[in-house]
Amino acid sequence: MSELVVRAEGLRKRFGKTQALDGVDLAMRRGTVLGVLGPNGAGKTTAVRVLATLLKPDEGYAEVAGIDVLKHPQRVRRRIGLTGQYASVDEDLTGTQNLVLIGQLLDMHSADAKKRAAELLEWFDLSEAAGRPAKTYSGGMRRRLDLAASLVGRPEVIFLDEPTTGLDPAKREDMWGVVRTQVAEGSSVLLTTQYLEEADALADEIVVINKGRVIAFDTPDGLKRRVGGLTLRVRPADPARVPDALRVLDMVAAPGTSASTDNTAGARGGAVSVPVAADTALDEALPALRRAGVEVTELGLHLPSLDEVFHALTSEDAPAPKEAELV
Amino acid sequence: MTTLTINPTTTDLDIDRPRGGALAALMRHSVALARRSLIKTIRTPEALIDVTLQPVIFLLMFTYIFGGAIAGGDRHGYLQYLLPGLLAQSLAMGGIALGQNLNADIEKGVFDRFRSLPVARIAPLAGAVAADVVRYLTVCVVMLGFGTIMGFRVETGFLPAVAAVALAIGFGLSFCWISVWVGMIVRSSGAVQGVMFLLIFPLSFGSNVFVQANTMPGWLQAFVHVNPITPLVGTIRGLLVGGPVASPLWQTLAWMAGLLVVFVPLALRAYSRRA
Repeated sequence: MSELVVRAEGLRKRFGKTQALDGVDLAMRRGTVLGVLGPNGAGKTTAVRVLATLLKPDEGYAEVAGIDVLKHPQRVRRRIGLTGQYASVDEDLTGTQNLVLIGQLLDMHSADAKKRAAELLEWFDLSEAAGRPAKTYSGGMRRRLDLAASLVGRPEVIFLDEPTTGLDPAKREDMWGVVRTQVAEGSSVLLTTQYLEEADALADEIVVINKGRVIAFDTPDGLKRRVGGLTLRVRPADPARVPDALRVLDMVAAPGTSASTDNTAGARGGAVSVPVAADTALDEALPALRRAGVEVTELGLHLPSLDEVFHALTSEDAPAPKEAELV
Repeated sequence: MTTLTINPTTTDLDIDRPRGGALAALMRHSVALARRSLIKTIRTPEALIDVTLQPVIFLLMFTYIFGGAIAGGDRHGYLQYLLPGLLAQSLAMGGIALGQNLNADIEKGVFDRFRSLPVARIAPLAGAVAADVVRYLTVCVVMLGFGTIMGFRVETGFLPAVAAVALAIGFGLSFCWISVWVGMIVRSSGAVQGVMFLLIFPLSFGSNVFVQANTMPGWLQAFVHVNPITPLVGTIRGLLVGGPVASPLWQTLAWMAGLLVVFVPLALRAYSRRA
């Protein structure tokens, strides 16, 4: 069993009439990415603020890097980096000044702080803008500077609260690269997001929070498996052969289902998909397609997308699964 | 160059102890944060209007519009009386911007980052207050400089004048903690100004800044005598144009200490609570 670097039990926090956290348990293994997913107002940010020592919970226990967050906040602060939901860089300071200030507040020597700032600015492709006040930066640049600021002290645990909200897709992928690099270098990352795609791409494990409660905790694949079965998808090389492909796939369909043209959101046309009972359907489908003379450019088994999982878990009429047990 | 800086082998014990001890760390962090505030001040010079243009306008207005009527035609005499008083009022007003800036910083989330770093709670506030010295010094230089052009003369000497400036800045640094506290408790930076004006106008007009207290009704005189601005103005006046200094000086110092004792803890508590 690997070591837990974030552990929270029974966190509760109330703001006026809103129960922002209603008994949240969290666990993150060292060297992994934990994705915290949930709709707006689910309590994701509140949970991060508690773990990052910014907010005291009404009830509950939390430890980060093995240190009690409530008893020794200063010790926790030496080991974490936080990037909030809104880019909180200082607009009047230059990129370098922003990062050097953080370094100084982390008790780095001035020369070390400057060196680290230059290193991070270079890495985040901000070297050219290093001497300009941050108010002249574009939204994406600010976001990168904000992320750089949370990495100045080479933190053991990094909290990223919706780090890619409002970024265009290319910039988002850059950010994912940064997260992966941090984990490769030994950090652990807790990241909240509203984008399922992001959680799917980055997280080793996912916690789904809704209305201040954890409603699921699993690996991305485990979550997908929980909601629906496998789908077999085929794309004929010649779009005119789609009807033939449909006929072939009907033969391997799970009981009570049939093949259909794939029209999931965002998919290119011309694909055919069918729910299957087990992965052995693949072994049957390929020879059958060969016999029918249908050439394919794509053939594969898919789990349902996290989007489907998420909607199934958070929709109000779905019975809320209670088995959100932790490791 | 030592090997320590090149090769920081941090054990758990090292990482938990601030470099050079807690007090040294607090000083270092406050200086770093004060530097941040100064950079902001330099980048936005228009934010200095309240400590440059505004006191000058007050000085001109009261000397040339009201001065003749108040002092029976002796405008120069009134300027000698008015300037030390306006200096005190301008210092009290000069602290308003501090509360507004801190409020805006919190709203923007800049302070979340500071709060997630291993710095003492008071460091961001102490740093911002320390940087305000520049603004208070500006008030003093502008008023004495422009006053001199208008005909104001220091009648005591160089050292008493320096003492007056030092006292004025010291008072500014104590009084501004009210603004810091207000900045922590109200919701918008605009509200900071509203609340502070509500406090400063009665204090500065209900004092000996503009006219002598013995021209006022008795109940108002009673207020003037318990007003912290009154002994401050008395001391600065004594140090710049002559008059008793000792008694108002002690009262002023007592007020400064009192303001710090009450409002520093209040501001800190409000800062800790503000999520």
